[in-house]
Amino acid sequence: MSNLLQPHEADWYEASARERVAGLLDPKSFVEFVGPEQRAMSPHLAQFDLTGAFDDGIVVGRGRLDRQEVFVAAQEGRFMGGAFGEVHGAKLLGLLRAARDGAGRGGPRAVLLLLDTGGVRLQEANAGELAISEIINAIAQVRSAGIPVLGLVGGRAGAFGGGGIITACCSRIVVSEHARVSVSGPEVIETNKGVEEFDSKDRALVWRVCGARTRYLTGGADCYVKGSIQDFREAAIALIAHAPPFELATLNAEQQRLAERLERFGDCRDAPEIWRKAGLPQPERIAEITDDAFLAIQRPTGADHDAR
Amino acid sequence: MTLDEVLASLFPSGHQVERGPSGTLHGTAKIDGQGDVTVVGIVGGTPLGVDGAILLAGHVLAAVEAGGRAPIVVLVDTASQNMARRDELLGLNEYLAHLAKSLALASAHGHRIVSVLFGHAAAGAFIAAALSSQSLVALPGAEPSVMDLPSISRVTKLPLEQLKELAKTTPIFAPGIEPLFAIGAVTETWTADQPFASRLAALLRQPVATSDLRDGIGLERKGRLLAHKIAERVAAEAAAHA
Amino acid sequence: MEQFQVRGTAKKRAGGHRHQAITGVNTSGNLEILVERVLPDRECLVDVTTAVTGFRAIWEAVIQEFFERSSPGGLRFSINDGGARPDTVTLRLMQSARLMETEA
Repeated sequence: MSNLLQPHEADWYEASARERVAGLLDPKSFVEFVGPEQRAMSPHLAQFDLTGAFDDGIVVGRGRLDRQEVFVAAQEGRFMGGAFGEVHGAKLLGLLRAARDGAGRGGPRAVLLLLDTGGVRLQEANAGELAISEIINAIAQVRSAGIPVLGLVGGRAGAFGGGGIITACCSRIVVSEHARVSVSGPEVIETNKGVEEFDSKDRALVWRVCGARTRYLTGGADCYVKGSIQDFREAAIALIAHAPPFELATLNAEQQRLAERLERFGDCRDAPEIWRKAGLPQPERIAEITDDAFLAIQRPTGADHDAR
Repeated sequence: MTLDEVLASLFPSGHQVERGPSGTLHGTAKIDGQGDVTVVGIVGGTPLGVDGAILLAGHVLAAVEAGGRAPIVVLVDTASQNMARRDELLGLNEYLAHLAKSLALASAHGHRIVSVLFGHAAAGAFIAAALSSQSLVALPGAEPSVMDLPSISRVTKLPLEQLKELAKTTPIFAPGIEPLFAIGAVTETWTADQPFASRLAALLRQPVATSDLRDGIGLERKGRLLAHKIAERVAAEAAAHA
Repeated sequence: MEQFQVRGTAKKRAGGHRHQAITGVNTSGNLEILVERVLPDRECLVDVTTAVTGFRAIWEAVIQEFFERSSPGGLRFSINDGGARPDTVTLRLMQSARLMETEA
């Protein structure tokens, strides 16, 4: 990261988890919970001859976002692909429970999840998978307590596997161009179903199927930003006030929205087919145009919604 | 066990459970002392994709809408999430999340939910269909997994034989009922000689938990020695700074 | 995987008032360093955990040179290494010592 830039001006994709937190929040407002000096590390890596991270690849704590108290969790996507292990998952679970229990008693205004993950850490597969389920459950409880949970995705690892599912459990989602949000990784689909089904080496295809622009245009993300930390900050500030409540009416609306998407686009094999059906201009070019040109496109009906 | 055997042994007092599209199951069943319960499921080893997930979520939300807090039983014999370009393009992550959230909402509305695994469940399907309940029961023949050992071997570059040896000393990564029981993912394991109906009735009588119990269970069973303690430490520091 | 310690003496106490800092990431070709101001003023120490075995002598040389150049008295450096080259190790050690002079 260049010394010449202020923390919030730096690029999200290039930044570390800690740099993202520092640039996202109000200056010097961040207080870390169970920080690296406590050395809460994974006990499961040594048997695989692997070295660890002092924070097990996730930073959790509290700070201020535009003077409002928030809780933050940031995954380090470059450490073991940002994947969920026992300790990593437990840190996020504890943070969410604290948010839930603090609701209405000086607790946070929102929880920000800076997701950057390939999913479950295979060396700790069972613990990682269960942690993801516990986190999903906890996010529902935090939202039920009236606290929005925002998902911010734009790093090297994307949000894959259980990370993709967690993303869609958030009240609102911000993505930048680099983001991919998906369940199965492209390589796994190719291995299981063949290269015709998914050529995982075709980067353009990967982004058309799982990438930020597709998610944003289909309503799988709420805000598409250019890549600076400041852009994510502004989007997060704006979205806190527009988070849908976690209640039956919202999930009924979500049911309708997702069912309609299948009705309209359920036989599409690639993103341009969806854009063509939705009547967007120049469907074949949407993946290549600049962020400014992309942001000027009016989203298809249904993409701008208040469900989730 | 076949689906019909599972249905007969869980609901000897009768059921009206029917197969639907995309491997789904839906209906009601009678439980002695409990009245009617809602039954949903993904069966036949069918991978869980966008089509199945939206149907199941719809049934769960309908049960919430109906009020009355009738328990919900989720029957699971699936595979992994559907591995298909179409499903990912359409936002499979949203559909699986929607199913998980619907079950969480039902629980918040006071519906007691039990998942019953009698076949396969892996990865995203395991999370959305089997793990999204307060209680997960493993029947004979249940094969829960995150990922199969040969694939773990490929990705971690550890020889399969070495992985199998390691799996004997830790429940933290290997597929199967025992390790997943040890860490707290599987709540109960039932064997064929037991009366499933009365065990189910007993489980359904337990109160709906206001917080996830599984990290505490993992500590008790010594399968996850750190998760509960680390979660507590983070929460304690958060409270101290309030 | 290897774990070892390299101890040294410093001509002076490391500047600044920060108690701890962390920099870097344990990923291929990189390393993570946690620095803590926990030792007597003239002592310094590096705890190394590295994924790559057989390079202890090089680590010791790089670290002793760092002690000589930067005089990080009172600081304990803990490293999780993902196979960084010696010049990257030197750079990160110096960065981390400088971080201790900034405001927390």
